[in-house]
Amino acid sequence: MLETLLTYLKFPFVQNALVVGILIALCSSLLGVTLVLKRFSYIGDGLSHVAFGAMTIAAVLKMTNDMLLILPITILSAIILLRTGQNTKIKGDAAIAMISVGALAFGYLIMNIFSTSSNLAGDVCSTLFGSTSILTLTDEEVWICIGLSIVVVLVFLLFYHRIFAVTFDESFAKATGMRVEAYRLLLATIIAVIIVLAMNLVGSLLISALVIFPALSAMRMFGNFKAVTVCSAVLSVNCALLGILISILAGTPVGSTIVAVDVVAFVLSCIIGKIMGGIKK
Amino acid sequence: MSLITVRNLAVGYEGQVVEENINFTVNKGDYLCILGENGSGKTTLMKTLLHLQKPLNGEILLQDGLTSNEIGYLPQQTVVQKDFPASVWEIVLSGCLGRREWHPFYGKEEKKLATENMERMGITRLARRSYRELSGGQQQRVLLARALCATQKVLVLDEPVTGLDPNATMEMYELIQKLNQEGVAILMISHDVEVAVQYASHVLHLGTPSFFGSKEAYLESELGKLFVLHEKKGGSVEMEKGDRHA
Ligand SMILES: Nc1ncnc2c1ncn2[C@@H]1O[C@H](COP(=O)(O)OP(=O)(O)OP(=O)(O)O)[C@@H](O)[C@H]1O
Ligand SMILES: [Mg+2]
Repeated sequence: MLETLLTYLKFPFVQNALVVGILIALCSSLLGVTLVLKRFSYIGDGLSHVAFGAMTIAAVLKMTNDMLLILPITILSAIILLRTGQNTKIKGDAAIAMISVGALAFGYLIMNIFSTSSNLAGDVCSTLFGSTSILTLTDEEVWICIGLSIVVVLVFLLFYHRIFAVTFDESFAKATGMRVEAYRLLLATIIAVIIVLAMNLVGSLLISALVIFPALSAMRMFGNFKAVTVCSAVLSVNCALLGILISILAGTPVGSTIVAVDVVAFVLSCIIGKIMGGIKK
Repeated sequence: MSLITVRNLAVGYEGQVVEENINFTVNKGDYLCILGENGSGKTTLMKTLLHLQKPLNGEILLQDGLTSNEIGYLPQQTVVQKDFPASVWEIVLSGCLGRREWHPFYGKEEKKLATENMERMGITRLARRSYRELSGGQQQRVLLARALCATQKVLVLDEPVTGLDPNATMEMYELIQKLNQEGVAILMISHDVEVAVQYASHVLHLGTPSFFGSKEAYLESELGKLFVLHEKKGGSVEMEKGDRHA
């Protein structure tokens, strides 16, 4: 089995998949902690559907680089959602549900009407669940992904303390002179970028899992923000790595395998957290 | 020299006035207690002072070199914070952020400030503990230490003892008094007239009629007598003060 794995690892497309998978897992887990704590878990879901809708439009327009359309549309939706989600909770929920389901419906409709492919169901399925697209990445896509990931990680590191402050207590941060609105905008943009990146890996339906599970697992075991963030990143990267390797060996779909590994990790974390009563650091 | 002067201020939401014609001043070293019935606009006034919402009318003047982000405050806890995975140290340090506009990381100065303020609040031992595992009283001290990192001049406290047991309540009041004696001006919203009478130097009573003045004047006024009597608990204290004035 090890031999098969080693032969596979020699293929450039497998190497690409691993690099991209690890980077996406890292980025999504960093922001996951903030999203879960701010009760924004569902935003990932909504945005991924928007990205799906945008993707179908790009496909119909036969754009060579569909990122150019998907990214701006998703960022715009993220900003709108984070703004409405702030004041009145119910309205925010409804707004996300509306945008997400609407985008999904339109996306499918557009695909249905304009698609020239004979295997429509297969196409839809692969956009929604990611199936094999990560194994067919072009070099250009890999570089875009590396570039965006570096930007996300850098921004996160530079603003780490401020992201913490805004997540913990927005009013206090605002009262003591932080430009909270600017940070909300920044968060929305990063989230949108991550969602668009992650669509390649796990498909639009499973993105939330990538964002939420590592953060929830880490929160089970640790009681301070730094440890939770680091643990969530480590967990997420390892789960992605394991998931991709398993899927290569067993021939299972990449996205759902990664998410399955994430779920198992969450269950283990719950058990560890229970046993240790939370590691007190 | 006064730190804060409020003139003809009207506060409320989306053009709907909750309370108007608010006038008061806060001087260095003052201990102002803000009283009023439920819904009289105390929290709304506090949010307006903190620039979390706009005044509907009138003005808030900050003097003596006080800037708007030098007003620290102790908010009511939000749901998010109840199970938030953060250590005491991380939270206290985050109070220092306002003073470092463009620095991504904390410097020596911030860490020293945080250490000092944790000492002041008697929570040094808890530094590595997780916030969500602390008792209500301990959590309030952590938030107080954070507020002190943001400012040494003015603290606004919105019902700081809600949910604390009698012992913790007493300790909290003593702590606030200690800070006041160290020169921090205090604005405290409270439902507890007894405390206002015991610790405060000034009283602002929202509602109709409203009142602003020294504590002694408040106890002499019709409104003060009524309110103190109404709350019953304050009875004995009022007698004491009354004697002194007689
Ligand atoms: N976000 C809001 N939008 C609109 N109206 C509000 C909002 N928050 C409070 N109000 C209204 O403003 C009035 C004053 O509320 P506020 O919270 O300032 O009272 P309070 O004096 O702090 O009362 P309590 O003693 O119960 O804390 C109330 O009538 C309330 O209904
Ligand atoms: Mg209130």
